[in-house]
Parts: sequence; C-alpha cells; structure tokens
Amino acid sequence: MEKILLGNYDVCVIGAGHAGCEAALACARMGIRTLMFSINLEAIAMMPCNPAIGGTGKGHLVREIDALGGEMAVNIDKTFLQSRMLNTSKGPAVHSLRAQADKQAYHTEMKKTLERQPNLDIKQDEVIDIDVEEGVVKGVQTRTGAYYTCRAVVIATGTFLGGKIFIGLSHFSSGPNGLAPSITLSESLKKRGMSLRRFKTGTPARALAETFDYEKMDRQEGDEPIVPFSFMNDELHRDQASCWLTYTNERTHDIIRRNFQRSALFGGEIQGVGPRYCPSIEDKIHRFPDRKRHQLFIEPEGENTSEMYIQGMSSSLPEDVQRDFYHTIPGLEHIKITRPAYAIEYDCIDPQELTPGLAYRKWKGLFCAGQFNGSSGYEEAAAQGLMAGINAARFIQGRPPFVLDRSEAYIGVLIDDLVTKGTNEPYRIMTSRAEYRLVLRQDNADTRLTEKGYQLGLVTEERYQKYLWKKASVEEEIHRLETAHISPKEAEGFILSVGGAPLKQGCSLAALLKRPEVSYQNMEVVDKGRPLLPAHVIDEVAVRIKYEGYIAMQDRRIAKFRKLEDRRLPEDADYSGIQGLRIEARQKLDRIRPRSVGQASRISGVSPADISVLLVWLEKERRRHGGQQE
Amino acid sequence: MADRYEKWDRTVSDPGDASGRSTGNISPEAGSDTVCAISTPPGRGGIGIIRVSGPDAEKLLMRIFRPVRKGPLEDHRLTYGHIVDPVSGAVVDEVLAVFMKGPHTYTAEDTAEIDGHGGRVPLKRTLALLVREGARLAEPGEFTERAFLNGRLDLSQAEAVMDIISARTDRSLSAAVTQLSGGLSGRVRAIRKDLLDLRVELAVNIDYPDEDIEVLTYEKLSKGFSEAASGLARLSASGRTGRILRDGLRVVILGRPNVGKSSLMNSLLRSSRAIVTDIPGTTRDTIEESLDLQGIPVVLTDTAGIRDTEDQVEALGVSRSRESVRSADLTLFLLDGAEGMTEEDRVIARELAPEKTIVLINKEDKGNQVSEKELETILPGVQVLIGSVKNGTGMDDLENAIVRFALGREGYAAAGKSPESAMENDPVVVTNVRHQALLREARERVEDALRLVSERAPFEVIDLDAEEAYLDLGLIVGEEVSDDLLKEVFSRFCLGK
Repeated sequence: MEKILLGNYDVCVIGAGHAGCEAALACARMGIRTLMFSINLEAIAMMPCNPAIGGTGKGHLVREIDALGGEMAVNIDKTFLQSRMLNTSKGPAVHSLRAQADKQAYHTEMKKTLERQPNLDIKQDEVIDIDVEEGVVKGVQTRTGAYYTCRAVVIATGTFLGGKIFIGLSHFSSGPNGLAPSITLSESLKKRGMSLRRFKTGTPARALAETFDYEKMDRQEGDEPIVPFSFMNDELHRDQASCWLTYTNERTHDIIRRNFQRSALFGGEIQGVGPRYCPSIEDKIHRFPDRKRHQLFIEPEGENTSEMYIQGMSSSLPEDVQRDFYHTIPGLEHIKITRPAYAIEYDCIDPQELTPGLAYRKWKGLFCAGQFNGSSGYEEAAAQGLMAGINAARFIQGRPPFVLDRSEAYIGVLIDDLVTKGTNEPYRIMTSRAEYRLVLRQDNADTRLTEKGYQLGLVTEERYQKYLWKKASVEEEIHRLETAHISPKEAEGFILSVGGAPLKQGCSLAALLKRPEVSYQNMEVVDKGRPLLPAHVIDEVAVRIKYEGYIAMQDRRIAKFRKLEDRRLPEDADYSGIQGLRIEARQKLDRIRPRSVGQASRISGVSPADISVLLVWLEKERRRHGGQQE
Repeated sequence: MADRYEKWDRTVSDPGDASGRSTGNISPEAGSDTVCAISTPPGRGGIGIIRVSGPDAEKLLMRIFRPVRKGPLEDHRLTYGHIVDPVSGAVVDEVLAVFMKGPHTYTAEDTAEIDGHGGRVPLKRTLALLVREGARLAEPGEFTERAFLNGRLDLSQAEAVMDIISARTDRSLSAAVTQLSGGLSGRVRAIRKDLLDLRVELAVNIDYPDEDIEVLTYEKLSKGFSEAASGLARLSASGRTGRILRDGLRVVILGRPNVGKSSLMNSLLRSSRAIVTDIPGTTRDTIEESLDLQGIPVVLTDTAGIRDTEDQVEALGVSRSRESVRSADLTLFLLDGAEGMTEEDRVIARELAPEKTIVLINKEDKGNQVSEKELETILPGVQVLIGSVKNGTGMDDLENAIVRFALGREGYAAAGKSPESAMENDPVVVTNVRHQALLREARERVEDALRLVSERAPFEVIDLDAEEAYLDLGLIVGEEVSDDLLKEVFSRFCLGK
C-alpha cells in the first residue's frame, strides 16, 4: 500500500467517542501535538445507546473527570434536557447525579470544543494499522494511504473495532448506529501479535414521540434546583423535559418466549460476552421467569428530534417480534419504531495486559481506553480516555505515569479493577466496587483531584482559583460552626420543632448538626450569623461534619492501605527467580506486573504468604543495591 | 472488597497449636506489632520458652509477670516470679523471665522471654494471656523474618526465610480446613449467606435507585441483622461454653463482712471434688480455689480472702475488687436475711450486672427481711436464691444454678442435667481461639450494624459493618472473597437497561 507521509505528531488518538475526546483534549491541553481520528466526524461524542450521562458511580466518575480538567461534565451541563440527583434518600456518599442529554447538542458542543482546541487536529479517516517497530510505536496508517508519524497512540475504538450487529437471525459487519466498522485495524493488530477477544452489548429501539400514549405512563420530572455536573457552574436554570415510566406484562413476555429461538442470543450466533447488569429483554425473561413485569423508561433523544429511547428493552430479536412485543406495553400500543433494537459484538483487549497507567505492556507508546479495555458506559470510557491521554502526554514529556489509587477516586477503582483483576464481561462502575466510598463522594471530587489536575497542567487558572475559594470557604465555615456555641435554651424551640430530644448542655453548632434530625438547612433558625454560601460549599460542609466519625474510620483504613501501595515493585522484577513464591503467584505476577505490593495483593491467586515473600525479597534487593536501613 | 491486610492484622492464631502456627497471615509490616509464640518444641520437656517480640514486649511482660523481688526488670537478666492473670489475679505459672531491649536481640526488636514449666497447659495459658493483652501469635518463621527485615541476618539466610514463609501457605490452608468441625462451618456459612443476602439488598438499593425492585426498609434490615446477631451469639455462647469447659467458670463471691462469704466458699469446696491445681506454688496461699461442679470447672474467687477486714463498700471502689467482679463470669452476691438490705448492700448491688449475678439470701433460718421488690428495682431480673450456708439449705439449688449458668439456658435444657451430654447434643463448641476472636469481631460488627439501623444511618455506612462481619466469617470458613457480592446482585435481581 502507498504510504503518503501527511504529518508528524506526538500522539495520535484513534476514535472520537467519549474516551477519544477526553484523551485528545487532555494531550492537547498538556501542550502535546495531537491528532484525533474518527471514521466519521458526525460520530464525535456520539451516544449510540442511552441518552443520559451519570447515574450511580458513573456520576462520581463525571465529577472526577471534571475536577481533573476533563470535558464531559462541562459538555453535559451545556446540553442536558433533564437533571436528577439520584439516591437522595440515602447517604451523601452515594448521591449520584444523572442527566438526560440532548444527543445532537452533546455531539455538536463537543465537536466545537475539539475544533477550537489548540494543538489538536481532527481527521475523518480510518486508521488501519499502528506502525510498531521493535516494540516501539512509530506512527499510524490510514485507509486513504496517509501515514502520520507519532510517538504514542491512544486506542479508543469502542464498538467500531470488528463491529458486528445482530438483529434476529441476521447479522452484518457494522459499527454502532449504522456507521462503518473498523475491520482492517482489528486484523492488523492481531497480525502484530495482539490478542483480542469479543464482548457484546445492545441497545433498545427508538420510536417517534408523537406515537406514544402518555396518558398510560407515569411522568418523571427533573429536579429543582438543578445541581450542575461541573464544578465550574454554581447554578444552572433550564426548562426540563420529562421522561416516562411504563411496564411490560404477561402478553409481552409470551411473545418474547414464543420467539426465543429467533433471537441471536439463543441461536448461538453471538460469541461475545454480554454484561450481566445490562441484559436484553429476552435475557431478563429467560433468567427471571417469575417476574410478572419489567420496568421501562421512555426518554427523549433530543430537542430537535421526535425520537424517544425505550430504556430497559434492549433486544436482538427480529424486527417483527420487536414490533409485536413493544405494542403490548401500555402507552406503546401504536408506536412507530424508527430504529430497531440490536446487539453489537466488538473486539477488545484483556485489560490485564495494561499497566495502571493504561499503557499496553508489550509495545512502548501504546495507550488504551474505553470499551477497547473491556469496560462499558460513556462515563467509564471518558474516565479512561482522560487517564490514557494524560499518560500518553506524560510519556511524551518523559515523565512517570499518573495513577490514581483506589482511595483517591472512582477512576482509580475502575482502572485498578480492570488492570489488576481483569473482567469477563463489559465492566460497569458501581459504588459497591469502591471500598472507600464514604470518602469518594461526588460532592468532594474537586477537593480530591483539582490540585492534581492543576499540577498536570490540565486545570485552568480559573478553575483552580474557584477551587481554592471553595476549599477556603468550606474550611472557614466548618471552623465557624465548630466554634459557634448554642445553649440549651437557645436551641429549645428549634429542637422541639424538628422532633429531637432537648440539649442537656450547650454545644457547638457543629455538634448540633451531627444529630440525625438536624440539617444545615433547618438549623438556620438558630444560626443567625451564617454567611451566604453556594450550595456546593454547604453540601461539603454538612457532609464533613455529619459523617465525621465514619469518614475518620475510613481515613484510618486508607492510611493502612497506602502503606502497601507505597511499596513499589520494580517494573523488571524477575518473579520466576524469586524463591518461595508459589508457581501460580509467579505466573500471575509475571503477567500482570503490579506496580506495588498493594496491587499485587489484589491479584487473585496471589496469597498473603506470597506477599510476605515479596516483602522479604524487596528488602533483600534494597540491601543488595546498597540501600540504607530505615 | 475490603482491604485484606486490615483483616490480617486482626487475625490471631490458635495458641493450642504447638508452633503457634495458624490459619492467619503475617502482618506485612514487620515490627509494627508485637508477636508471641512458644518457641520450644512440643512435648513433655522440663521447661518451655515463650518468646515475645515487638515494641510492646516489655509492656506485655509487665502486665502478666510479677517478679518475686519487686522493682523494675534489669535488661538482659533472668528474674524469678509468677505469671499472674492481671484481670482475675489468678497465678498461672512459676517462671523465670527476661526482658531484652533491642537491637541486641535475635529479632533486633524489644524481646521478652518467659521460661515456664514445660507442661502444655500453663504454657498455653500464659500464651493466651499475652494474646488477650494485645500480642499476636507469631507465624512460623516470623521471628526469623523479622530478624531479617530488621537487618540481623545476612542475605543467604534470607532465602531460607522465604522458604519458611512459603511452606506455611500450604500448611495453613490445610489447617484451615481441618480445624473446622462440620457443624461450625455449616453454621458460619449459613450466617454468612444471610449477611451476603443483606449486603446484596443494600447494594442493589444503592446502585439501582431507579429500578423496579422492592425498597429495602430499615425494618427488614433490622430483622436480618438481629437474626445474624443472635445466630452469632449462639455460636459465641457455644464458644463461651467451650472456653468455660477449658478454662473454668470464673465465679466471685461478694458481700458485706460477716455475711457468710468464707462459709459459702468452704461449703462449695466441701461439696465438690476439689481440684489440686497443677501449678506449683499456687495451692495454699492463693485467693482462688478451683473446683469441679458436676463436671464444670469453676474458679472461685473469694473477695473475703483479700478484703474481709476492710469496708466492702469502699473496697468495691478499689480497682482490684471491681476488676475481679467485672472479669468474673458470675458474681454470687450474699445478703444477710436476718438483717435485710443495708445501705452498704445497696451500694454494692448497684455496681452489679443482673444477668451475671446470683443473689443468695443467707441465714434464712433467722428470718428474711430482704425486700425482693427492692432487689428487683436495683437488679432487674436477677436470680434470687434463699438458703442457709450454715445449715446447708439451698446449697443444691445454688450448685444447679451455677451449672445452669455455665452451660447457658439452652445447653442445660438439652443436657437434661449432665454437661457431658450437653456437649454431645451441641457438637458446635468453638474452642479455637482464632475462631472465637473472629466470631466475636463479627458479632460486634453486626451489633454495630444493628445500632446504625436503629439510628437510621445511611445504607452505605451500615454496609461497612456488614462487610466487615462478612469478611470475618469468611476467614473462619476459609473462603476467598471475590466477586460474590456482585454475582449475587445480578443473579437475584433483574437489573439494567
């Protein structure tokens, strides 16, 4: 093939989905000459599945991306149609923001941001090969014959790579949403010795808004006031769209059951592993035969389209069956389907082949993100994209990788889970995966990460100043509440009104706030001297005071956890030569190459005794190299 | 998903094991805690040595060692004295002990050594005391490992250390399996499954707020955790029975001067097969007497022995007396029926916990002026017996009440009357110290969870305790924690788009 040298870059990003966009922006913002490819520029920041950003765990990721200077939160704040804080009946650690997105607007706004970004070029072209010489990335080759040199590549191919769509018994090569797949790249990667595997996911049908019967469904509205995703926005005002709730019934289930054999899922055509948490409707009915109904949400796809998304009903059944079962559902009897539900299978890598910095261990200069790493979800993709971009940039700068640990961020949990434990299905973040979730809250993502983003050169001066102000305000307000005193008499009326037991002796306002019946808001009547503060400051103040005890408990556990995270293992450790390690541990350690003893301890098959052996071995090495006794 | 190391540090091993080997794992931070082990080979040798190494070695030694010649211990010098249980005051062994300040010791850490009698019983009891006071049982090879990490050994020796450590994996794995009776692991697994079910519900409710699933109520959580707590309590109770059968029921006799304490002690001793303690030097001058009531070993402490001439009311305020009451399994509180309750009696009574107290109204032959109503107000639900120590009336009732107390109500009912048959009917007796510790820990966590539920604390906070309890129980049955929570979430609930 002809090789036309068309440019020299530091980093090439393959893919312009949620991972690709964050990766490209991160590199460019860190001053790296970056080129981003997409098979079709109309696919930039495309949401081929649900029209929403955030949710439990995912909302936390978006906040963290924002704190580090990423784009997702800013972009959804510009383009959401409805916003809700989930889980407000539960504790502050699991409050999670979720917003319905205007898909078209989301794409357009992100595209504008990319187009205006200095150091970043965008190309509509298909990368068909990554040029690797002696294990070092040299450049990329495209379908048109163009060749671009670069020292690092970020792969963020999503479901495009080896994409194959299934609808009933028909299947065909395709990227998501009818776009062209990336087949050649998949083949050349394999030819270069990379082993790929197949995962699958699915999406439900879209139908026209005018054809639903809203009388038969329950309306679900957004929150007022709106809580913004980005720490850059103190408040947002918008007319919000509604979503609608309805249920399947026995008739729906009968139709699906009768047609099981016509589903790609049961017909044995699909090789890919699908996620447990995101089953198709036929899967749900197959696995939970006792359930009388399943819930679905009808969500708008955007302001300038009539299309509605039928959440909860992904399927790979044939179109006639889809039409028939959708029509059994109250409110959906007469819907006109514009796009049928489909399942899609794609190529991805075993993330255990990656470092915690998301670098592919076998080739120098290759970084990976998103569904290619076996994850699922826009937010998971964006988080990895950001980290892969940062680390590609740092690789160019000759700096060590930037890694967040499990006690610092959901991003750390996500990546550590992927690279240390691996995954056998598309991986989705959940708050239950984070062992330090009381500390990893969405309200304090900025406190946890802005400073780091600033050091990396991703956080703008404006954002940094805003953060410093918030941090100072939070500290000041906590100090004020801790030092403001209230007597039993002053508190009496208020305590009675909220149904609490009277104070026995005077206490600080902070102590008063710790009572379950007291909130920062209702305490106002006895707190005359309070300053006017924005909601996000109040949130963090209230959480930190109310949950001080629990947070302190987690902090102690984190301190313990860090001790082992700080024991670094050399990259070139020869595990086969370490006496005393069991064979399974040797193999696992050799394959996964943990960067710390802490990471090693989380590898399945590495026992506590193996960890002891590692500690002794580390000490031995340190002494052999003339290290000083502590 | 908790930090595995957190668990490791808390793990204590079974002092019943000769080498101090256990199913637990070593602390990754050598030198950060204090470890102990019997460091002589098992057998009937003349003496046995217990070694203690770590920052608290001196403190721990001084907690349990009473030198005959008072005063601070000299560094690196053997001293003669007794091992004394600091809580009960019981003498455990007659020993030579030495404290050696680091770094001039084998491990380079502060080290204590206790040369005791070679019999396993006193050695184990001494070791158990050290563990109770805060030491952790050392893993095989851990002293050597520490020596190496502290720079005492050379590189060639380090290789040997790694071999020792790796050898213990296989041994401890098999030990984990064999130490478990089928009954215990079955019950632990059942409670663990219940906890997992609760955690699954918590996880689903937290992570899938928009799904069409049953809302988890605090009532349901309260019920679930209560059941788990009582299940664990039953197991711990069997642990308590196990401990009592092994170490004896600690009973303290309390009352005003001249109420008949010494007479009661003598009466109980007469009626029982007196046990001659196997610890030399502790038979005559001790404040404790060991006896055997219907097969239950009882360690009787007469506070009269220490304080009969002093004012008991004041004495209660003195830590020693108070301590022995606090640490006793059971307090026998004597009242003088002829005199009725005095102000002193009331002061003493208020200090007592009714559920571990039996009140004996003595001298009933001279009348009973004690108002049971008043007793009930001060000690609600307390068991009251009436009799006369002098005439021997009510003594059988007292003996039965003590035995029943030792076995716990259920155990006794199952037993008919014989404690031996009680054990047969209830084969789940937790005698392994490590298992007991984990059960206790799990129970505390579940009770914490229960308290949080009653406070309507957020789900994610409650789950912290549920998770800890779940992991503790997992350490007993030797199950690895992995993806089981999420696996259950997705197999039980229909979730997702």
